[in-house]
Amino acid sequence: MTGLTKTLGSVGLLLFVCACTNNLYEVPIETPLQPKLDVSAFQRVLIAGFVTGGTNDVDANLETARLLRSQLRTESRLDVIDSEVIDLFTVAEDESAASRDAPEVESTEKTTRPNADELDQEEEKTLSEEELEAYEHIFANVSYWRQLGEEHQSPLIVTGTVYFTPHQRSGMVTREREIYDDFGRRQVVPIRAYRDRRGYVLSPKFIFIDGRTGVTLYTERYREEVLYDVSQNTPALSSYFELMDRLLPSFLGALSDQSIRGTRMLLK
Amino acid sequence: MMSVRIVLAAGLMASLAVTVYADDRSDAKAQVEFGISVAQAGLWQEATYRWERAVDIDPSYAAAWNNLGIAYEHEGLFKKALEAYEKALDLEPRNLMIQENYDLFREINDRLDQDAG
Repeated sequence: MTGLTKTLGSVGLLLFVCACTNNLYEVPIETPLQPKLDVSAFQRVLIAGFVTGGTNDVDANLETARLLRSQLRTESRLDVIDSEVIDLFTVAEDESAASRDAPEVESTEKTTRPNADELDQEEEKTLSEEELEAYEHIFANVSYWRQLGEEHQSPLIVTGTVYFTPHQRSGMVTREREIYDDFGRRQVVPIRAYRDRRGYVLSPKFIFIDGRTGVTLYTERYREEVLYDVSQNTPALSSYFELMDRLLPSFLGALSDQSIRGTRMLLK
Repeated sequence: MMSVRIVLAAGLMASLAVTVYADDRSDAKAQVEFGISVAQAGLWQEATYRWERAVDIDPSYAAAWNNLGIAYEHEGLFKKALEAYEKALDLEPRNLMIQENYDLFREINDRLDQDAG
Protein backbone atom coordinates (compact mmCIF):
# COMPACT_ATOMS: atom_id res chain seq x y z
CA MET A 1 0.00 0.00 0.00
CA THR A 2 2.83 2.33 0.91
CA GLY A 3 4.56 1.49 -2.38
CA LEU A 4 1.39 2.21 -4.31
CA THR A 5 0.95 5.52 -2.49
CA LYS A 6 4.52 6.49 -3.30
CA THR A 7 4.10 5.55 -6.96
CA LEU A 8 0.87 7.50 -7.19
CA GLY A 9 2.55 10.43 -5.45
CA SER A 10 5.43 10.36 -7.93
CA VAL A 11 3.07 10.16 -10.90
CA GLY A 12 1.06 13.03 -9.44
CA LEU A 13 4.16 15.10 -8.96
CA LEU A 14 5.31 14.32 -12.49
CA LEU A 15 1.92 15.32 -13.89
CA PHE A 16 2.02 18.53 -11.84
CA VAL A 17 5.50 19.38 -13.13
CA CYS A 18 4.41 18.60 -16.70
CA ALA A 19 1.33 20.77 -16.27
CA CYS A 20 3.47 23.64 -14.96
CA THR A 21 6.07 23.22 -17.68
CA ASN A 22 3.36 23.13 -20.33
CA ASN A 23 2.29 26.58 -19.25
CA LEU A 24 5.79 28.08 -19.47
CA TYR A 25 7.62 29.01 -22.62
CA GLU A 26 11.10 30.43 -22.44
CA VAL A 27 11.73 32.86 -25.28
CA PRO A 28 14.88 34.74 -26.21
CA ILE A 29 14.32 38.48 -26.42
CA GLU A 30 16.46 41.36 -27.56
CA THR A 31 15.64 44.56 -25.73
CA PRO A 32 16.51 47.50 -28.00
CA LEU A 33 18.08 50.57 -26.43
CA GLN A 34 17.69 53.89 -28.21
CA PRO A 35 20.81 56.02 -28.51
CA LYS A 36 20.91 58.81 -25.94
CA LEU A 37 21.88 61.27 -28.63
CA ASP A 38 20.09 61.77 -31.96
CA VAL A 39 22.89 61.41 -34.50
CA SER A 40 20.68 61.02 -37.57
CA ALA A 41 21.92 64.37 -38.93
CA PHE A 42 25.53 63.16 -39.06
CA GLN A 43 27.28 60.89 -41.51
CA ARG A 44 30.70 61.09 -39.93
CA VAL A 45 32.26 61.18 -36.50
CA LEU A 46 35.56 62.74 -35.53
CA ILE A 47 37.26 61.62 -32.34
CA ALA A 48 39.26 64.83 -32.04
CA GLY A 49 41.38 64.34 -28.93
CA PHE A 50 41.26 64.79 -25.18
CA VAL A 51 42.75 66.98 -22.49
CA THR A 52 44.34 64.48 -20.14
CA GLY A 53 45.57 64.45 -16.56
CA GLY A 54 46.99 61.99 -14.07
CA THR A 55 49.79 59.57 -14.77
CA ASN A 56 52.16 59.82 -17.73
CA ASP A 57 52.50 56.02 -17.86
CA VAL A 58 49.72 55.93 -20.44
CA ASP A 59 49.20 58.42 -23.26
CA ALA A 60 45.53 58.73 -22.42
CA ASN A 61 44.86 61.13 -25.28
CA LEU A 62 46.19 58.80 -27.97
CA GLU A 63 44.91 55.58 -26.41
CA THR A 64 41.41 56.94 -25.81
CA ALA A 65 41.13 58.31 -29.34
CA ARG A 66 42.40 55.04 -30.81
CA LEU A 67 40.11 52.87 -28.72
CA LEU A 68 36.97 54.93 -29.37
CA ARG A 69 37.67 55.06 -33.09
CA SER A 70 38.08 51.30 -33.34
CA GLN A 71 34.90 50.71 -31.30
CA LEU A 72 32.83 53.14 -33.35
CA ARG A 73 34.05 51.55 -36.59
CA THR A 74 32.37 48.29 -35.63
CA GLU A 75 29.50 49.48 -33.44
CA SER A 76 28.19 52.60 -35.19
CA ARG A 77 26.81 53.41 -38.62
CA LEU A 78 28.84 56.64 -38.66
CA ASP A 79 32.01 56.85 -40.75
CA VAL A 80 34.94 57.33 -38.45
CA ILE A 81 37.33 60.02 -39.64
CA ASP A 82 40.97 58.99 -39.59
CA SER A 83 42.95 62.05 -38.70
CA GLU A 84 45.78 63.00 -36.41
CA VAL A 85 44.76 63.09 -32.76
CA ILE A 86 44.72 66.73 -31.65
CA ASP A 87 46.90 67.79 -28.72
CA LEU A 88 44.06 69.68 -27.06
CA PHE A 89 46.18 70.53 -24.06
CA THR A 90 48.36 72.77 -26.27
CA VAL A 91 45.31 74.19 -28.01
CA ALA A 92 43.78 75.06 -24.64
CA GLU A 93 47.05 76.62 -23.47
CA ASP A 94 47.31 78.73 -26.62
CA GLU A 95 43.76 79.84 -26.14
CA SER A 96 44.48 80.73 -22.51
CA ALA A 97 47.50 82.77 -23.57
CA ALA A 98 45.44 84.56 -26.24
CA SER A 99 42.67 85.33 -23.78
CA ARG A 100 45.19 86.75 -21.30
CA ASP A 101 46.22 89.25 -23.97
CA ALA A 102 42.66 90.44 -24.04
CA PRO A 103 42.32 92.68 -20.94
CA GLU A 104 38.58 92.29 -20.44
CA VAL A 105 38.82 88.50 -20.20
CA GLU A 106 41.92 88.59 -18.01
CA SER A 107 40.18 89.89 -14.94
CA THR A 108 37.57 87.13 -14.84
CA GLU A 109 39.60 84.08 -15.78
CA LYS A 110 43.07 84.61 -14.43
CA THR A 111 42.27 83.21 -11.04
CA THR A 112 41.00 79.89 -12.30
CA ARG A 113 43.67 78.92 -14.81
CA PRO A 114 47.37 78.23 -14.38
CA ASN A 115 49.36 80.90 -16.19
CA ALA A 116 51.89 80.20 -18.94
CA ASP A 117 54.96 80.65 -16.69
CA GLU A 118 53.62 78.19 -14.19
CA LEU A 119 52.92 75.75 -16.96
CA ASP A 120 56.44 76.06 -18.38
CA GLN A 121 57.94 75.38 -14.97
CA GLU A 122 55.69 72.44 -14.41
CA GLU A 123 55.95 70.98 -17.87
CA GLU A 124 56.62 67.49 -16.60
CA LYS A 125 54.12 67.71 -13.78
CA THR A 126 50.86 65.92 -14.40
CA LEU A 127 47.52 67.63 -13.96
CA SER A 128 45.21 66.85 -11.08
CA GLU A 129 41.50 66.40 -11.66
CA GLU A 130 40.81 69.95 -10.43
CA GLU A 131 43.55 71.43 -12.62
CA LEU A 132 42.09 69.60 -15.58
CA GLU A 133 38.84 71.48 -15.16
CA ALA A 134 40.67 74.75 -15.76
CA TYR A 135 41.20 73.66 -19.37
CA GLU A 136 37.57 72.87 -20.05
CA HIS A 137 37.00 76.34 -21.51
CA ILE A 138 38.28 74.91 -24.80
CA PHE A 139 35.05 72.93 -25.17
CA ALA A 140 33.01 76.10 -25.05
CA ASN A 141 34.99 77.69 -27.89
CA VAL A 142 32.27 77.41 -30.53
CA SER A 143 34.33 78.98 -33.33
CA TYR A 144 37.21 76.51 -32.80
CA TRP A 145 34.94 73.48 -33.07
CA ARG A 146 32.95 74.93 -35.96
CA GLN A 147 36.18 75.50 -37.86
CA LEU A 148 37.36 71.99 -37.08
CA GLY A 149 33.97 70.73 -38.27
CA GLU A 150 34.29 72.62 -41.54
CA GLU A 151 37.67 70.99 -42.14
CA HIS A 152 36.09 67.54 -41.81
CA GLN A 153 32.73 68.03 -43.57
CA SER A 154 30.66 68.81 -40.48
CA PRO A 155 30.94 65.62 -38.49
CA LEU A 156 29.84 64.85 -34.96
CA ILE A 157 32.91 65.68 -32.86
CA VAL A 158 33.80 63.67 -29.77
CA THR A 159 36.22 65.21 -27.33
CA GLY A 160 36.54 65.78 -23.58
CA THR A 161 38.87 65.15 -20.68
CA VAL A 162 40.44 61.92 -19.44
CA TYR A 163 41.89 61.62 -15.97
CA PHE A 164 43.80 58.42 -15.27
CA THR A 165 45.81 58.12 -12.12
CA PRO A 166 47.29 55.56 -9.71
CA HIS A 167 45.23 54.97 -6.63
CA GLN A 168 45.88 53.29 -3.32
CA ARG A 169 43.51 52.14 -0.63
CA SER A 170 43.91 50.16 2.55
CA GLY A 171 41.20 48.50 4.54
CA MET A 172 39.38 45.34 5.45
CA VAL A 173 38.79 42.96 2.57
CA THR A 174 36.70 39.80 2.54
CA ARG A 175 38.35 36.86 0.85
CA GLU A 176 37.36 33.22 0.51
CA ARG A 177 39.73 30.69 1.97
CA GLU A 178 39.80 26.92 1.64
CA ILE A 179 40.07 24.93 4.84
CA TYR A 180 39.99 21.20 5.52
CA ASP A 181 38.44 19.77 8.66
CA ASP A 182 39.64 16.73 10.65
CA PHE A 183 37.91 14.40 8.20
CA GLY A 184 39.65 16.01 5.24
CA ARG A 185 36.48 17.69 3.99
CA ARG A 186 37.01 20.88 2.02
CA GLN A 187 35.23 24.02 3.12
CA VAL A 188 35.32 27.56 1.78
CA VAL A 189 35.01 30.20 4.47
CA PRO A 190 35.04 34.00 4.21
CA ILE A 191 38.05 35.59 5.90
CA ARG A 192 38.30 39.29 6.61
CA ALA A 193 41.77 40.73 6.52
CA TYR A 194 43.44 44.13 6.40
CA ARG A 195 45.05 44.71 3.00
CA ASP A 196 46.95 47.38 1.16
CA ARG A 197 45.68 47.60 -2.38
CA ARG A 198 46.84 49.58 -5.35
CA GLY A 199 45.19 50.30 -8.63
CA TYR A 200 43.97 53.05 -10.90
CA VAL A 201 41.12 55.51 -11.27
CA LEU A 202 39.78 56.43 -14.68
CA SER A 203 37.55 59.45 -14.88
CA PRO A 204 36.68 60.50 -18.42
CA LYS A 205 34.26 63.17 -19.51
CA PHE A 206 33.06 62.74 -23.09
CA ILE A 207 31.75 65.80 -24.87
CA PHE A 208 29.77 65.50 -28.10
CA ILE A 209 29.92 68.61 -30.29
CA ASP A 210 27.94 69.46 -33.42
CA GLY A 211 30.60 70.01 -36.11
CA ARG A 212 28.22 72.26 -38.07
CA THR A 213 27.69 74.78 -35.28
CA GLY A 214 30.45 74.07 -32.76
CA VAL A 215 27.87 73.76 -30.01
CA THR A 216 28.04 71.05 -27.33
CA LEU A 217 25.18 68.58 -27.78
CA TYR A 218 25.71 66.19 -24.95
CA THR A 219 28.14 65.41 -22.13
CA GLU A 220 28.77 62.19 -20.26
CA ARG A 221 30.97 61.72 -17.22
CA TYR A 222 32.17 58.42 -15.79
CA ARG A 223 34.31 57.26 -12.90
CA GLU A 224 35.71 53.76 -12.61
CA GLU A 225 38.37 52.34 -10.34
CA VAL A 226 40.21 49.08 -10.01
CA LEU A 227 42.28 47.84 -7.07
CA TYR A 228 44.72 44.96 -6.93
CA ASP A 229 46.65 43.31 -4.17
CA VAL A 230 49.99 45.08 -3.58
CA SER A 231 51.85 41.94 -4.61
CA GLN A 232 50.16 42.04 -8.02
CA ASN A 233 52.09 44.12 -10.51
CA THR A 234 49.56 45.20 -13.13
CA PRO A 235 50.79 47.50 -15.90
CA ALA A 236 49.06 50.87 -16.18
CA LEU A 237 48.00 50.21 -19.78
CA SER A 238 46.25 46.96 -18.80
CA SER A 239 44.34 48.74 -16.07
CA TYR A 240 43.46 51.55 -18.45
CA PHE A 241 41.90 49.07 -20.91
CA GLU A 242 40.19 47.15 -18.12
CA LEU A 243 38.52 50.34 -16.92
CA MET A 244 37.66 51.60 -20.41
CA ASP A 245 36.11 48.23 -21.16
CA ARG A 246 33.61 48.81 -18.34
CA LEU A 247 32.37 52.13 -19.62
CA LEU A 248 32.47 51.52 -23.37
CA PRO A 249 28.93 50.06 -23.62
CA SER A 250 27.53 53.21 -22.06
CA PHE A 251 29.64 55.44 -24.32
CA LEU A 252 28.48 53.52 -27.40
CA GLY A 253 24.91 53.71 -26.15
CA ALA A 254 25.10 57.47 -26.57
CA LEU A 255 25.66 57.15 -30.32
CA SER A 256 24.32 53.89 -31.60
CA ASP A 257 21.49 51.44 -31.15
CA GLN A 258 22.36 48.82 -28.61
CA SER A 259 20.44 45.79 -27.52
CA ILE A 260 20.47 43.57 -24.48
CA ARG A 261 19.89 39.90 -25.05
CA GLY A 262 18.09 37.80 -22.49
CA THR A 263 15.27 35.36 -21.98
CA ARG A 264 11.80 35.74 -20.53
CA MET A 265 9.03 33.36 -19.58
CA LEU A 266 5.79 33.49 -21.56
CA LEU A 267 2.83 32.15 -19.64
CA LYS A 268 -0.35 30.47 -20.81
CA MET B 1 -41.87 30.68 -1.81
CA MET B 2 -40.58 34.16 -2.52
CA SER B 3 -37.25 33.40 -0.94
CA VAL B 4 -36.89 30.22 -3.01
CA ARG B 5 -37.39 32.30 -6.16
CA ILE B 6 -34.79 34.78 -5.05
CA VAL B 7 -32.33 32.01 -4.33
CA LEU B 8 -33.02 30.41 -7.72
CA ALA B 9 -32.63 33.74 -9.51
CA ALA B 10 -29.37 34.47 -7.72
CA GLY B 11 -28.12 30.97 -8.56
CA LEU B 12 -29.04 31.46 -12.22
CA MET B 13 -27.33 34.85 -12.32
CA ALA B 14 -24.23 33.42 -10.70
CA SER B 15 -24.06 30.48 -13.09
CA LEU B 16 -24.54 32.87 -16.03
CA ALA B 17 -21.74 35.05 -14.73
CA VAL B 18 -19.50 32.02 -14.35
CA THR B 19 -20.36 30.90 -17.88
CA VAL B 20 -19.64 34.36 -19.30
CA TYR B 21 -16.38 34.52 -17.34
CA ALA B 22 -15.43 31.03 -18.49
CA ASP B 23 -16.18 31.99 -22.09
CA ASP B 24 -14.14 35.19 -21.74
CA ARG B 25 -11.26 33.32 -20.20
CA SER B 26 -11.31 30.61 -22.86
CA ASP B 27 -11.46 33.24 -25.65
CA ALA B 28 -8.59 35.13 -24.02
CA LYS B 29 -6.67 31.91 -23.52
CA ALA B 30 -6.99 31.09 -27.21
CA GLN B 31 -5.52 34.51 -28.04
CA VAL B 32 -2.70 34.01 -25.54
CA GLU B 33 -1.84 30.58 -26.91
CA PHE B 34 -1.83 31.84 -30.47
CA GLY B 35 0.33 34.77 -29.36
CA ILE B 36 2.84 32.39 -27.79
CA SER B 37 3.11 30.30 -30.96
CA VAL B 38 3.72 33.37 -33.16
CA ALA B 39 6.16 34.90 -30.66
CA GLN B 40 8.15 31.68 -30.74
CA ALA B 41 8.30 32.10 -34.52
CA GLY B 42 9.63 35.63 -34.00
CA LEU B 43 6.41 37.39 -35.09
CA TRP B 44 6.30 39.76 -32.14
CA GLN B 45 3.92 42.33 -33.63
CA GLU B 46 1.30 39.67 -34.22
CA ALA B 47 1.92 38.32 -30.73
CA THR B 48 1.47 41.80 -29.26
CA TYR B 49 -1.84 42.17 -31.09
CA ARG B 50 -3.06 38.81 -29.77
CA TRP B 51 -2.14 39.56 -26.16
CA GLU B 52 -3.69 43.02 -26.38
CA ARG B 53 -6.89 41.34 -27.50
CA ALA B 54 -6.59 38.83 -24.67
CA VAL B 55 -6.43 41.55 -22.00
CA ASP B 56 -9.29 43.40 -23.69
CA ILE B 57 -11.43 40.28 -23.44
CA ASP B 58 -10.29 39.38 -19.93
CA PRO B 59 -8.49 42.20 -18.07
CA SER B 60 -7.91 39.92 -15.07
CA TYR B 61 -5.73 37.50 -17.03
CA ALA B 62 -2.28 37.92 -15.44
CA ALA B 63 -0.43 35.67 -17.91
CA ALA B 64 -1.67 37.78 -20.82
CA TRP B 65 -0.42 40.97 -19.12
CA ASN B 66 2.92 39.28 -18.42
CA ASN B 67 3.31 38.26 -22.07
CA LEU B 68 2.30 41.73 -23.18
CA GLY B 69 5.00 43.17 -20.91
CA ILE B 70 7.57 40.94 -22.60
CA ALA B 71 6.34 41.92 -26.07
CA TYR B 72 6.48 45.65 -25.27
CA GLU B 73 9.95 45.21 -23.79
CA HIS B 74 11.05 43.44 -26.96
CA GLU B 75 9.72 46.39 -29.00
CA GLY B 76 11.54 48.89 -26.79
CA LEU B 77 8.27 50.33 -25.41
CA PHE B 78 9.51 50.54 -21.83
CA LYS B 79 6.70 52.59 -20.31
CA LYS B 80 4.02 50.27 -21.65
CA ALA B 81 6.08 47.24 -20.62
CA LEU B 82 6.35 48.54 -17.07
CA GLU B 83 2.59 49.09 -16.87
CA ALA B 84 1.87 45.62 -18.25
CA TYR B 85 4.26 43.85 -15.87
CA GLU B 86 2.90 45.80 -12.90
CA LYS B 87 -0.66 44.94 -13.88
CA ALA B 88 0.33 41.24 -14.10
CA LEU B 89 1.93 41.40 -10.66
CA ASP B 90 -1.08 43.21 -9.19
CA LEU B 91 -3.24 40.35 -10.38
CA GLU B 92 -0.86 37.59 -9.29
CA PRO B 93 1.57 38.97 -6.72
CA ARG B 94 2.92 35.53 -5.82
CA ASN B 95 3.67 34.37 -9.35
CA LEU B 96 7.45 33.85 -9.34
CA MET B 97 7.74 33.74 -13.13
CA ILE B 98 6.09 37.13 -13.52
CA GLN B 99 8.25 38.46 -10.69
CA GLU B 100 11.41 37.19 -12.41
CA ASN B 101 10.45 38.73 -15.76
CA TYR B 102 9.65 41.97 -13.99
CA ASP B 103 12.96 41.99 -12.09
CA LEU B 104 14.95 41.41 -15.28
CA PHE B 105 13.06 44.18 -17.01
CA ARG B 106 13.53 46.59 -14.08
CA GLU B 107 17.27 45.98 -14.16
CA ILE B 108 17.42 47.35 -17.71
CA ASN B 109 14.81 50.03 -17.19
CA ASP B 110 16.42 51.41 -14.03
CA ARG B 111 19.81 51.57 -15.73
CA LEU B 112 18.28 53.60 -18.57
CA ASP B 113 16.60 55.95 -16.11
CA GLN B 114 19.93 56.38 -14.33
CA ASP B 115 21.69 57.21 -17.62
CA ALA B 116 18.96 59.66 -18.54
CA GLY B 117 19.15 61.30 -15.12
